[in-house]
Amino acid sequence: MAVDADTVRKIAFLSRLKVDDDKIKDTEDEFNKILDWVAQLNEVDTSSVEALESVNDTNLILREDNITAGNQRDEILANAPMSEYGYFVVPKVVE
Amino acid sequence: MSDLVKLTISEARKALKNKEISAVELTEAFIKQMESERKLNAFVLETPEIALEQAKASDKKYQNGTDGALEGIPLGIKDLFCTKGIRTTACSHILDGFVPPYESTVTQKLLDAGVTVLGKLNMDEFAMGGSNETSYYGPVINPWKANNSDANLVAGGSSGGSAAAVAAHMCMAATGTDTGGSIRQPSAFCGVTGIKPTYGRCSRYGIIAFASSLDQAGPIAQNVEDCARLLTVMSGYDAKDSTSSQKDVPDFTQFLNQDIRGLKVGIPAEYRPDGLNAEIAACWDKGIEILKARGAEIVDISLPHTKYALAVYYILAPAEASSNLARYDGLRFGLRVPGEHLDNMYINTRSEGFGKEVKRRIMIGTYVLSAGYYDAYYLKAQKVRRLIRNDFLEAFKKCDVILTPTAPTDAFAIGDKSMTENPINMWLNDVFTVSVNLAGLPGMNIPAALSARGLPLGLQLIGHSFDEATIFKAASALEKDICFVRK
Repeated sequence: MAVDADTVRKIAFLSRLKVDDDKIKDTEDEFNKILDWVAQLNEVDTSSVEALESVNDTNLILREDNITAGNQRDEILANAPMSEYGYFVVPKVVE
Repeated sequence: MSDLVKLTISEARKALKNKEISAVELTEAFIKQMESERKLNAFVLETPEIALEQAKASDKKYQNGTDGALEGIPLGIKDLFCTKGIRTTACSHILDGFVPPYESTVTQKLLDAGVTVLGKLNMDEFAMGGSNETSYYGPVINPWKANNSDANLVAGGSSGGSAAAVAAHMCMAATGTDTGGSIRQPSAFCGVTGIKPTYGRCSRYGIIAFASSLDQAGPIAQNVEDCARLLTVMSGYDAKDSTSSQKDVPDFTQFLNQDIRGLKVGIPAEYRPDGLNAEIAACWDKGIEILKARGAEIVDISLPHTKYALAVYYILAPAEASSNLARYDGLRFGLRVPGEHLDNMYINTRSEGFGKEVKRRIMIGTYVLSAGYYDAYYLKAQKVRRLIRNDFLEAFKKCDVILTPTAPTDAFAIGDKSMTENPINMWLNDVFTVSVNLAGLPGMNIPAALSARGLPLGLQLIGHSFDEATIFKAASALEKDICFVRK
């Protein structure tokens, strides 16, 4: 499953990252090197193996559905690069 | 007391309790040391005023007899832990100026036990790296030098600042985190002791997420006993982390200095591949002989899927990272690079804010999770992860603890060409440590020997799930007979 230049562009956009045109080829080569390397997993027969999502043996613990933290607008906004009137400021999204 | 910065936690506690020294004196000594060793680049933020305030409060507690388990002990905190009111960046440009409005559970527990915080420690950006070279603040320099050489060596990673600071006595101990070896490998490179506990032992709340199914916090300290003291405080259930365990936390110091006769120590055949560095093999053999001489029983075991662990890790960890790092959007915290539209702003911010290795992993993670490739890579890796865990479960039917080397080499040079040119070579540093994270088990590095060039080599003890106790038992015995001479 080799990656081509178009795939690199597509993955970069999905990642919201810029890959300059003169770096596409290098990225493509690096991706393919890494994918070739991880392809060794195909040697392993996993037809009867269940995927391991978590090493936790216990089920998640439920708690009462109560408010445990709230009214922290100012703390939440304190680190925002731009905020106004108690809101995060985003670039224009509607024309 | 002439050299306060060389005290262990146990020695310092005794001296503080007996009023031979004050917490302020102790903290001042460390502040001085921190300043004189700045060339190592171990701290990315020094907080001497905060430390002194805390030390003053500690002295009061010693006076009225209300001192906590770590009262007045000066620590460094890895920059991955959110510290309320203290800048926390994961050593990434994208978190420029981020000041958390809350405290991580692990650091809160340490504060409640009375520690003083000297500052935030350098690390690989978002804990992604094995040499501390991906930090936005530049590499940490290992306090050790090879014989007859002035060349700067890496401190290992990702907790490179933590390991180097402890080795150079800039803090009495430090917090670290370990996703694929990030506590154990730098501890090995810097000749200090560090343990990654069982997944779920420490709360991950407030630790900036890298790969959530693998990340764990743990201490890096001067010796086994100090690690036991720290881990006892750092562990425990936390309602704010649903993956933290409700299992009881023992006082880990009770497992030190015990008779280890009859302890079954597993030696995995797969960790001795053809071409294993002869010095590493000799160091491992020395560890085996020490445990045998103390009456432990050496058991040959097999972990047949070991060779696949790195490939599994470098699918799963980037996949989880690509998802966790989606939150860095230039809107809510950290860096924002303007763009005409929302997407341009995201792209500009993330392209400027993330370093090369982080971008590489986000893209790999995005790829293996994308439609059409999910089953071939992500699901496949999760299946092999189960086989790796099953290998350990089988092995622990035959043994109580496993002994292996920690890293395949001693510390390498900063800017090493083979690693900068091929990321896979850098990733191979995790070859002995990464399976432990995939299986969720505890693992500890013990400094064990010096290489021919005079650099530290480490041994790793791996325990069964939630059986850090047996690791401490074996580590305490090993440490006594290894007689490693620290910096």
